[in-house]
Amino acid sequence: MMLRRIDKDQPETFAFSKSNLSWAKKQILKYPKDRQQSAVIPLLYRAQEQEGWISKPAIEFIAKMLKMAPIRVYEVASFYFMFHLSPVGKKAHIQVCGTTPCMLRGSEKLIEICKQRISKHQKEPCSKGKLSWEEVECIGACSNSPVVQVGSDYYEDLSEESFSHLLDELMEGYPEPGSQKKRFSSEPEGFFNSSKVKIEENRNASVKLFLKTSLREKNK
Amino acid sequence: MEDNLRKIIIDGEEIGVNPAMTILQACEYIDKEIPRFCYHERLSIAGNCRMCLVEVVGGPPKPMASCALQVKDLRPGPNGEPPTIKTNSKMVKKAREGVMEFLLINHPLDCPICDQGGECDLQDQALAYGVDFSRYIEPKRAVVDLDLGPLVETHMTRCISCTRCVRFITEVAGMPEMGQIGRGENSEITSYLGRTLESELQGNIIDLCPVGALTSKPYAFTARPWELSKTNSIDVMDALGSNIRIDSKGKKIMRIIPRNHDGINEEWLSDKSRYIWDGLNKQRLDIPYVRDNNGRLKPCSWNEAFDVITHKFNESPNILALAGDLINIETLFSAKELASNLGGRTECRIADTCIPPNDRGLYAGTVPIAEISNSEIIFIIGSNPRIEAPVLNARIRNSWLRGAEVNLVGENSDLTYEYNHVGTSLSELDKIIKSKTKLFANKRILIILGQGVFYRKDGYEALEVVKKFKESLNADLISLHVSASRVGAMDLNFVSDPGYSSSIEWSDIILNIGMDEYDLPKDKFVIYQGSHGDRGANRADVILPSCAFPEESGIYVNTEGRPQISLKACEKIGEARENWAIIRALSEKLNCTLKYDNLIQLREKLFLEHPNLSLFNEVKNNNWINSLKYSKECLKFDLKNIWQDHYLTNPIARSSTIMAELSKNKQKKNK
Repeated sequence: MMLRRIDKDQPETFAFSKSNLSWAKKQILKYPKDRQQSAVIPLLYRAQEQEGWISKPAIEFIAKMLKMAPIRVYEVASFYFMFHLSPVGKKAHIQVCGTTPCMLRGSEKLIEICKQRISKHQKEPCSKGKLSWEEVECIGACSNSPVVQVGSDYYEDLSEESFSHLLDELMEGYPEPGSQKKRFSSEPEGFFNSSKVKIEENRNASVKLFLKTSLREKNK
Repeated sequence: MEDNLRKIIIDGEEIGVNPAMTILQACEYIDKEIPRFCYHERLSIAGNCRMCLVEVVGGPPKPMASCALQVKDLRPGPNGEPPTIKTNSKMVKKAREGVMEFLLINHPLDCPICDQGGECDLQDQALAYGVDFSRYIEPKRAVVDLDLGPLVETHMTRCISCTRCVRFITEVAGMPEMGQIGRGENSEITSYLGRTLESELQGNIIDLCPVGALTSKPYAFTARPWELSKTNSIDVMDALGSNIRIDSKGKKIMRIIPRNHDGINEEWLSDKSRYIWDGLNKQRLDIPYVRDNNGRLKPCSWNEAFDVITHKFNESPNILALAGDLINIETLFSAKELASNLGGRTECRIADTCIPPNDRGLYAGTVPIAEISNSEIIFIIGSNPRIEAPVLNARIRNSWLRGAEVNLVGENSDLTYEYNHVGTSLSELDKIIKSKTKLFANKRILIILGQGVFYRKDGYEALEVVKKFKESLNADLISLHVSASRVGAMDLNFVSDPGYSSSIEWSDIILNIGMDEYDLPKDKFVIYQGSHGDRGANRADVILPSCAFPEESGIYVNTEGRPQISLKACEKIGEARENWAIIRALSEKLNCTLKYDNLIQLREKLFLEHPNLSLFNEVKNNNWINSLKYSKECLKFDLKNIWQDHYLTNPIARSSTIMAELSKNKQKKNK
C-alpha cells in the first residue's frame, strides 16, 4: 500500500452536525480527565461517516475539540487505512473484498466491473462523482463470498449480474443489504431445499431483522 | 539507599543498580557500550529502532530492547540467582546485524555527499555492529523531500524513523509541529502539511538526528567534521552563557554547536546562538574611522584615531565608559581602571535599568538555573523567557511537564506551556503578600525575575516589591538578564552612583563599548569601540574596530553568576584588535598606562581584585539583603517585556542574513 496523503483540494470548513456533535461530546466523556485524546478514532470515524472522507478542516476541528496538535490527529488518520484522506463516491464507496475465499468465488470479476463501470483506479470517484471503489483485505464474510462492503452494509453472494444490478441500485438509493441470493444467513447453499424445513418468508432474515431496528429504516 | 539496589549480572559482572534504571542505563553504568538510535537521555523512550537489543538469560527466548526494559522487571533465575544479561553473546550479535541490515535496506549509500559523514551514528554503528554485505537487490524507498524552513535541511530518504526529532519538538521545544504519518515501510517523518518549523530551538534536531536526514542548511556542503578545528566557547547571544563549541576552518567560522552543561543548557542551544555565525563576516569594522568636519566617517590609522581622542580629552576630560551586551570581563575591567584613573565614570545599566549595585542576591539570583527543575511553583515576573532565553524556557517547560505550576505576571504570550496568568502589574504580587496566603506553604517556589521589572523608571521600588514577595513566600530567585555582560559588569561594579542619565549629561566623552541598542545625545563626543557597523558606529565620532566574541578569549558571568571562560576560535579581521588591548593602548595615549601588557597579566590583576571571578563554573551562594518599604505608585504600571523579537537583538544578529530571514518569517506568521 502506498502512503496516503491528504487531498490537494480541501473544503473550507468542517463542522459536526448537531446530532453528531452531541454524540461526539458523549464519547469524549467516556475517557478520564486529561485522556480525552483517546476519543480521536471514534470522532474521526464519525466525521468520515458524515462527510465520506476526512478533510483537513475535519482534522483541525477534531484536534481543537480534543486539545491535540493537528499533526497528532493527522498521524492517526494516515495510519489507519479505513480513514479516507481524499473524497470518495458521494452515493457509495464500494469496498470489494479481494482476499482468497472471495477471490476464488469471483471477486476478480467484480473488480473488473468496478474498473469498467466506476473508474480505472481505486479510490478515484467516477466521472459523476457518485461511486468509487477499492479492494480491501478480508472483511470476514467468507462463507458468503464474494462480498462487497458499502458503509456498514455487506452485500453478499454476488455474481457479475447481481453486482452490476447492485451498482445501478446504489446510484438510486439504498438496496437491501445481505445475501443477494436470498440466503437465510451463512448456511450451506440449498440447505433449506434438502431439509424438511421450509422458511420461505425468512429468507435473508438476519438482514431483515437488522433493518427493522436500524437507524436507516427509522429515518426513512 | 543500599537496600534498594537490585543485583544483576551483566556479561558475568555482578552489580547493584537502582531497579528503576533501564538495562541500557545499567550497562552504561559499568561502561558496556550499547548501540542505539532512538534512545536519547533527555527524551522520552520510544524503543522503535531495536538497535539496543540484549539477551536476557531465562527471560523470553528473544532479544529484548534494553532501552525500554527496566531492571525491576527482570526475573531472578530458578534458584533465586540475580537476573543475567548478555550484551555480546552470539544471539545479540546476530540480532544487531539483522536490525542493521533492515535499517540499511532503505538507507541510500549517500555517505560521500552527505553532510553527516564523519559524525554519523549510522555510519559508526554499521561499521561496529553491521555486516559487510547487503542481500537487498530490490528498489529502495524514495521519499518526497520536506521544507522545514531556513535552518534545517532535509534528506528524508536517509531517515531511519527514530523519531528523535518528533519527540524533541513535542517534548522539549513544546511545539508539536512534526510527526510520523503513514505506517510500516511507507511511514514518513514530516511536519504538519509541509509547514516550516517555528520553534526557537529547532536547530537541535540536527544534532539529535543520528543520520544525515536533518542537517544544517547554512552549513550545508561547506566542511567535513574532521577538517574543523574545535574551540570551546561561551555563547553571548543571551545571558544564559550556554556552552558552545565553535568549529572553524582556517579563518572562517563554519558552525556553532552546543556542548553539554547540565547546569545551564543541558545539551540544547537556541537557534540565535547556533546560526549567528554568518553575521560575524558581515558589516564588520576592520579599520578605525574618524568623523571629519563634514560629518562623514573617514577611514584612518589607529594613531590618527587616538590623536583625535587625546586632543578631545585634553579639552574636556569628563569620560564615561558604557558597557554593551556582548563584552567580556577583561574589557570591562580595563575600561573601569582607565575611567577611574582618568577621573571618569563607568555605567553598564544602559538606559537607566535599575539594578542595585552590591545586591548580588538580587541581580544574580539566590539559586542556580538548575533549581528550576526542582521547583514546584514558578513565578515568572516581567519576562518572556521563550524570547529572552529559549533554552531556559525549555527547562521551565520540563519542570511544568513534571507537574510544576507556572504563574506569569506580565505580558501574556505563548510560552509553549500552560501557565496561570496572574496579572500584568505588580499589584498582583502585593495582593499575594498582603493576603498572607497559605497556598504556597511548604512548596519549593522559584521566582524568575525578568527585565520587565529592572527596566522601568521606578525600577528600584518595583524591585522591592519583588524582594518582599520573595521573602513572604520564602521563595528562591533567579534574575533573568538578556545581556551576556550585565552580571559580570555588576560584579566589577561597573556603575556610577548618579546613574546612567545623569552620568551621560555629566560626560563630555562617551567611550561606548559595543552598545548599539539605545541612542546617545547629539552633543557628546562618542568613541565607539565595537565589531560591527551598527547603530552605535553610525552615531560615533571615532570608531575603534575590535574583535567579536569568538576572536578573543574572555570571561563571561552568566545570569546566575557563574563565571565561564571562552577561548579564541579564529583570527581577528583587518586591523581590528582585542577589546582589552584597545583600552590598554588608549590608556597609554591618555598618559595613564594600565599596568599589564598581555591578557595573562590582566587576568592576574583581575583575579587579585575579584577572586570570585577566578572560580570558573562555580555558582556562589549570594547573600540576601532584606527588602525595604515601597510605595503604592509602582504597583500600578503594567510590566513590559524588554524584547519583542527574539532574533535581531544585538549587532552580530542584526548583521546575519539568517536572523533577518527568521525574524521576517516570524513577523509574517504573527500577522
